Amino acid sequence: MIVSKQKPFIEILSALEPVSRVFLIGCAKCATVCKAGGEEQIWQMQEDLIAAGKDVTGSVVIDEACHMLRVQRDLRAKGEMVKGAEALLVLACGAGVQSVSAGSDRLTIAGLDTLFLGNIRRFGQFEQRCSLCGQCLLNETAGICPVTVCPKGLLNGPCGGMDEGRCEVNGDAECVWYQIYLRLRERGEEAPLTAIKPPRDFARNLRPGSLKLDK
Amino acid sequence: MITPAPMSSTLREKLESNHFVVTAEVCPPKGCDCGEFMEKARSLKGLVDAVNVTDNQGANVRISPLAPAALLTREGIEPILQLTCRDRNRMALQSELLAAAALGVTNILSLSGDYISFGDHAGAKPVFDLDSVQLLQTIATLNAGRDISGAPLEGAPSFFAGAAAAPEAEPFDLILPKLAKKAAAGARFFQTQAVFSPDRLARFTEAVRPLGVKIIAGIILLKSAGMARYITKNIPGLKVPPEVVAELEAAESPLETGVAIARRLAAAARPFCDGIHIMAMGREELIPDIAAGLRNEDN
Ligand code: SF4
Ligand code: SF4
Repeated sequence: MIVSKQKPFIEILSALEPVSRVFLIGCAKCATVCKAGGEEQIWQMQEDLIAAGKDVTGSVVIDEACHMLRVQRDLRAKGEMVKGAEALLVLACGAGVQSVSAGSDRLTIAGLDTLFLGNIRRFGQFEQRCSLCGQCLLNETAGICPVTVCPKGLLNGPCGGMDEGRCEVNGDAECVWYQIYLRLRERGEEAPLTAIKPPRDFARNLRPGSLKLDK
Repeated sequence: MITPAPMSSTLREKLESNHFVVTAEVCPPKGCDCGEFMEKARSLKGLVDAVNVTDNQGANVRISPLAPAALLTREGIEPILQLTCRDRNRMALQSELLAAAALGVTNILSLSGDYISFGDHAGAKPVFDLDSVQLLQTIATLNAGRDISGAPLEGAPSFFAGAAAAPEAEPFDLILPKLAKKAAAGARFFQTQAVFSPDRLARFTEAVRPLGVKIIAGIILLKSAGMARYITKNIPGLKVPPEVVAELEAAESPLETGVAIARRLAAAARPFCDGIHIMAMGREELIPDIAAGLRNEDN
């Protein structure tokens, strides 16, 4: 899922500075799971905005804010509430915000900072294990991603700062190459440690990405 | 045609003919005045065989090491240009290397680089387009007259490449395959992190010797117990053992004791290496005291 968190309220307020009437949009998927833009947060945001003197014309929590057609349909269904607002405050990831801005002439305000594609470790705890590199190496790295879990993205083994399996960048974290090494030891394999990996092909990961499925 | 400066490496000649070498490092200035840098390097002339010029050390912005390294070659002081993968992508690394070759800078130490967050530009984009192994391969490819996309070069360099090693890091089984990769990718010497345990250096040497790579063991001058504690805490890959800290703590003159410790470690390392790399931490004038009696010609 896409992990996001709310911007400080003061920043949201300052983005809303020029307007008084606001419509709120949340997302029922990722932003709900990370408690950044679900029903509860939309309700809380409404309270806070009213307390700050804003007029909230209405709100909607869209099933998947990244789905552009669905967003436009749901907003049309809200008719006057949306039309009556000067700004749309979106508590969804950056993709969700742009589903909204793509189909509306209203000022669209992003209420969240979008952080990473994350795994849910347990309730309320998320970690990044894949950074969408476009050329998955997991089959060569014992199923653990050095591109993401190593802050330097090193493909050929630990840097000189690794010691006792700890990462030089964050002493509380295990070096990804230590994790890979332990996993391989369990399996009695070592090829992923000894084969030199070539530089990544960044042409596989150009921005903006796009994909069209063959019919 | 302008002929590039000749690329020669007395470091290579000495290592290949089994001369025990001494290297030291000098940090380039934060700024463009290389006066003090040059003074320091000149004072090392004759005392060391080559001088490492560090590359934005500790992820702090300084002058590109290429300029001071080139100034050294002009004065007949042999530089080892440190090159990290942190700040340059594969294109910038290659063009920097070609520039080094044109200026007669021959010895290159290939490094990943300390992470950005350790330095003074914590918000900068970390590059790490290549890693130290891939950078060594790149150097070998340039030496063979091509860039890494396969295009031929006008004038091929002849770099003498080395890499870093941390002989005391654990688990050793994990770092050894990377050392083997570095050797396979063209590293001809290892300059190691500071060593404190002759036993671990012996283990390292036994494993690395078959790779055909020369070993230059790192010896650090600890000036006080406080400094020893500071580097243990703040410098990645450097860990001063508690008994050494205690020895400095109890010393009447910590600096003298620090020199004695360094001399002792260097002597203990001598049988397991082909040279030592002295990190004198600003007290370069003490290098002769630490290296005394180690080199073949001194004996
Ligand atoms: S290698 Fe890592 S970042 Fe790339 S796709 Fe696989 S898991 Fe994701
Ligand atoms: S210690 Fe390991 S995970 Fe951390 S930066 Fe170095 S190689 Fe990457």
